[in-house]
Amino acid sequence: MNQLGFPILSIMLAVPTAAAIACLYLKDEGARRLALAATLIDLALGILLWATFDSSQGAPQWQFQEHVGVFGRFAWALGIDGIALLLIMLSVFLMPICILASWTSITKRVPEYMAAFLLTEVLMVGTFAAQDLFLFYIFFEAGLIPMYLIIGIWGGARRIYASYKFFLYTLLGSVLMLIAMLWMSNFAGTTDIPTLLQTDFPVEAQNWLWLAFFASFAVKVPMWPVHTWLPDAHVEAPTAGSVILAGVLLKLGGYGFIRFSLPMFPEASSTLIWVILVLSGIAVVYTSLVALVQNDMKKLIAYSSVAHMAIVTIGLFAFNRQGLEGSMMVMLSHGLVSGALFLCVGVIYDRLHTREIARYGGLSNNMPRYALLFMLFTMASVGLPGTSGFVGEFLSLMGAWQVSSWATAVCTTGIILGAAYMLYLYWRVAFGVSDKPDAAAMPDLNARELISLGAIALVVLWMGVYPESFLKPMRNDIGTIVARVDRAKPRFDPDFAVGKPNVKLPVEAAAH
Amino acid sequence: MIQAIVFLPLLAAIVAGLGNRALGNTVAKAITTGALFVSCALSWPIFLGFLSGAQVAHVEPVLQWIKSDDFNVLWALRVDTLTAVMLVVVTSVSALVHLYSWGYMAEDDSQPRFFAYLSLFTFAMLMLVTADNLVQMFFGWEGVGLASYLLIGFWYYKPSANAAAIKAFVVNRVGDFGFMLGIFGTFLVFGTVSIPAILAAAPGMAGSTVGFLGGRVDTMTLLCLLLFLGAMGKSAQLGLHTWLPDAMEGPTPVSALIHAATMVTAGVFMVCRLSPMFETSHTAMTVVTLVGAATALFAATIGTTQTDIKRVIAYSTCSQLGYMFFAAGVGAYGAAMFHLFTHAFFKALLFLGAGSVIHSMHHEQDMRFYGGLRKSIPVTFWAMTIGTLAITGVGVAGVFGFAGFYSKDAIIESAFASGTQVGGIAFAIGVFAALLTSFYSWRLVFLTFFGEPRWAASEHIQHAVHGEHDAPSAEHGDSAHHEVHAPTGTAGYHPHESPLSMLVPLVLLSLGALLAGFLFDEVFLSPERGMAFWKGSLFFDEHLMHARHAIPEWAKQSATIAWIIGLVIAWYAYLKDTTVPARFTSTFRGLYAFLLNKWYFDELYNLIFVRPAFALGRFLWKRGDEGTIDRFGPNGAAAVVAGTSRVSSRLQSGYVYTYAFVMLIGLAGAATWAIAG
Repeated sequence: MNQLGFPILSIMLAVPTAAAIACLYLKDEGARRLALAATLIDLALGILLWATFDSSQGAPQWQFQEHVGVFGRFAWALGIDGIALLLIMLSVFLMPICILASWTSITKRVPEYMAAFLLTEVLMVGTFAAQDLFLFYIFFEAGLIPMYLIIGIWGGARRIYASYKFFLYTLLGSVLMLIAMLWMSNFAGTTDIPTLLQTDFPVEAQNWLWLAFFASFAVKVPMWPVHTWLPDAHVEAPTAGSVILAGVLLKLGGYGFIRFSLPMFPEASSTLIWVILVLSGIAVVYTSLVALVQNDMKKLIAYSSVAHMAIVTIGLFAFNRQGLEGSMMVMLSHGLVSGALFLCVGVIYDRLHTREIARYGGLSNNMPRYALLFMLFTMASVGLPGTSGFVGEFLSLMGAWQVSSWATAVCTTGIILGAAYMLYLYWRVAFGVSDKPDAAAMPDLNARELISLGAIALVVLWMGVYPESFLKPMRNDIGTIVARVDRAKPRFDPDFAVGKPNVKLPVEAAAH
Repeated sequence: MIQAIVFLPLLAAIVAGLGNRALGNTVAKAITTGALFVSCALSWPIFLGFLSGAQVAHVEPVLQWIKSDDFNVLWALRVDTLTAVMLVVVTSVSALVHLYSWGYMAEDDSQPRFFAYLSLFTFAMLMLVTADNLVQMFFGWEGVGLASYLLIGFWYYKPSANAAAIKAFVVNRVGDFGFMLGIFGTFLVFGTVSIPAILAAAPGMAGSTVGFLGGRVDTMTLLCLLLFLGAMGKSAQLGLHTWLPDAMEGPTPVSALIHAATMVTAGVFMVCRLSPMFETSHTAMTVVTLVGAATALFAATIGTTQTDIKRVIAYSTCSQLGYMFFAAGVGAYGAAMFHLFTHAFFKALLFLGAGSVIHSMHHEQDMRFYGGLRKSIPVTFWAMTIGTLAITGVGVAGVFGFAGFYSKDAIIESAFASGTQVGGIAFAIGVFAALLTSFYSWRLVFLTFFGEPRWAASEHIQHAVHGEHDAPSAEHGDSAHHEVHAPTGTAGYHPHESPLSMLVPLVLLSLGALLAGFLFDEVFLSPERGMAFWKGSLFFDEHLMHARHAIPEWAKQSATIAWIIGLVIAWYAYLKDTTVPARFTSTFRGLYAFLLNKWYFDELYNLIFVRPAFALGRFLWKRGDEGTIDRFGPNGAAAVVAGTSRVSSRLQSGYVYTYAFVMLIGLAGAATWAIAG
């Protein structure tokens, strides 16, 4: 069956599912404990998965495969490659932290809340592990239902508007994607994703398919201008909801691009690359500037997420290893760092019940541990070398340079603007004088918060100092994608060849 | 050994930083200072080894860092002559500044944090100078930027300190933007970021072109200029200099270590490290020369009018960095590094001396409230005088000179000897800036140590006399004072000489300022020994070094004449006839205002960058996101679907079900197809 001898992926889905059902029959405290236990079991299974994943050269691309026919061509088909592995790891790592973050801050309908979170975990892991097109679709789309509920039931004052917006944006994309999927399976005669990855779709059809998928993925990422659901959703969501939203759900879009758009429609990706470049470039500058003027902490971090995810999209469509590996690293890093930043907001929100930046100040005095960790995550968000933020950002921009210097130059301004809005935020929250009595009276991190943030901090530093642990598992699979898209590598920016004095390079010649 | 030099400060920073209050002040200080002295003691043998020729360049790999396809970056420590020079500069000044801070920061209540930051800075700086590839250099580059940010904002309850810290980080990031693009471009062109590999391949790329932003440009010029943008940011060159004067918000030991002796010279180090690369682009070299010369002049003019003792020295640093850059620009990299080396000693000395003055004057920083301190703080006075003699370049050729005499004169002579037009411009500016340097440096000495005491009008002194206690954080910029004409008088205040922990570093640095030039001139610069010393770790132009000895006598003496004129003017205006400055400023009101307000750079940048950024952000948020995208997007859709009046009621029910329903229909369709197929 696989190298472990038992269907580990199914078990990783079954554990939270069973726990979610059981939660509904428990009291508050029991539900909390069960949810924590279930997510920790999944984390342990995830570590086992990582430890046994074969990332040596020549290892099979798809591992831990499971296949049970359901009806017709539709099958319960699971399996992962290195890309899916890392995103699954991200999900199972953040999940127990989310449960801990909700430990005391959620008091209303706790069993249902825990069940919703466990269900989210099932659907996220399922999305990354699915190897059947329609199985993927179910996980991908259904994953948003518990998130609607989390925002709509446990959210803030404007939660209805926020979840409505979230819903509306997602709906259109998902319909278009479904139609495209139907067409694809009809054309290829299969719903098996590994097979579809080998299928060459007709070039004329690719553009339409690409756009249909793009409609769905661009909303999830989110790309400008379909990003406006994100700030509202974050602001209204409870802390843990924001963590999962920023940490994992946004990665579904990037995962979609890397799993479907690029390898299945290489020619279309090449033809329509300008859409990505233009939208990413606008997103970085636009949302960074907007982040600069926010008064609400969560909104600020939400806008910064849009800017960071634009670095993901530009790197994905660089058609080279640096770009793709960089994008994956940005996704992982952003998942951790923005998750941690939302937790940081949650910590002080739990104490003062406001997200308004102006209500805080001077927290370094009364919350030194908090200030230290917040500084670390701020620096990681800014992309300081030595933290996880740098590796991905650097690789992905470097990869993108080989496609378009314009887009890279524009996106690289993000390092200036990012520093401005993050440090400005940090100043207003942690520095300055403690002139607000309520903020000055807040106690420092408790053990539960310290463990959550400390765990993320360690991984952030690990990823920054020795990223090889994370780059290695995906190396083969990124290689497969690069090889797959190589034939369509965009040539529309022929300026990018090093001309030697007396040598006329083919690309340069072609330009004339 | 090199591993110990680099990682001991990191270890000390972690222990002191995380231990913080649990460790207590003394333990934290002992750990960090001890680590630095060990690092320093290990660094000197390496330097001496290169001096004697016993050491050879080598690279110590530490750990895999980033590997992506053919992009492969290791954590590695490179040791060669250039590194060795920087090692002794960084560890020596850092160790002395650690020691000095025992006294200077004695009253502060966050001492472990301060020392942890200092050690962290030293670690990052050492990573920078030992980098074997551009990415690790960037790591060190950003690491020192972080430490600088943290230390400028060390007194985080002061709004001015926070603003200065953010400004330093963000302005540096503008430079880093160039640095990063430079690395991307370098990798595209050379397929590697390993410095030796790039330098070896650079000559082969000379004259080639590459596409950039839609046009075709000279490859090496583009790469060098992008990287140089990074150097301009870190070394506070004209245009990206605005953060450095504000960085004086940090405690004075920080100014000495980071904003004078080490970090700000990283840009010069980078250009020297990559000198074979810069040599391939005439245009880039011209730009480096002109930017350097312009900065040397511009900063010196501002230095003449500032009244805050630290700001005078800050602008002086900026100006001296300009010298180093134009030395590099004319191809005299050895001279640039030599000036970096000597400057580290005498500028750290001047800053620490200024700190000692500030300490004795109860945190008053305005020189208009000093005067007559010569007798009260004699050690500081002599130290500052030696520093001033060193920076102004006093000496007699062939006999003896203070440190700056050798290094600055070498720069000015090399510029002349380069024989190019920009070299000539740089020479002229260099000589004139030397005059200004002498003027503002002696002005500082005369205002501080000579004349009648003018302490009475100082608020700080008033506090001291009346028993109110100022925290050391009461250091402040000159912005706090308006135009004043301080009356004379001591107000009954008795300045005290600083404690031993502060005086020992002053004395040791004085020795450096006294001897660094005399001892090392031959080795760094002479055509014969220089070649053997540098061993190819930078581009050493023997011919230029020969040529600088062959320049006309008037050109050789011009720097000496310049400092004498500067000294005489300062003496006349600030000792002989003290009404001169006031008469001058009232006659040339416009010029004075222009200089006093630092050429209005801050105002200009606020007008064209800062305020528009905020305004644009607000516009895009309110008009873009809310006014356009939302209005015609989700809100518009809601209006169409549900009719405006009933939107909310319709939304509250049903939409999740609608969604699930759509999905189900889709799946039913899929199922139908699957069964049929």
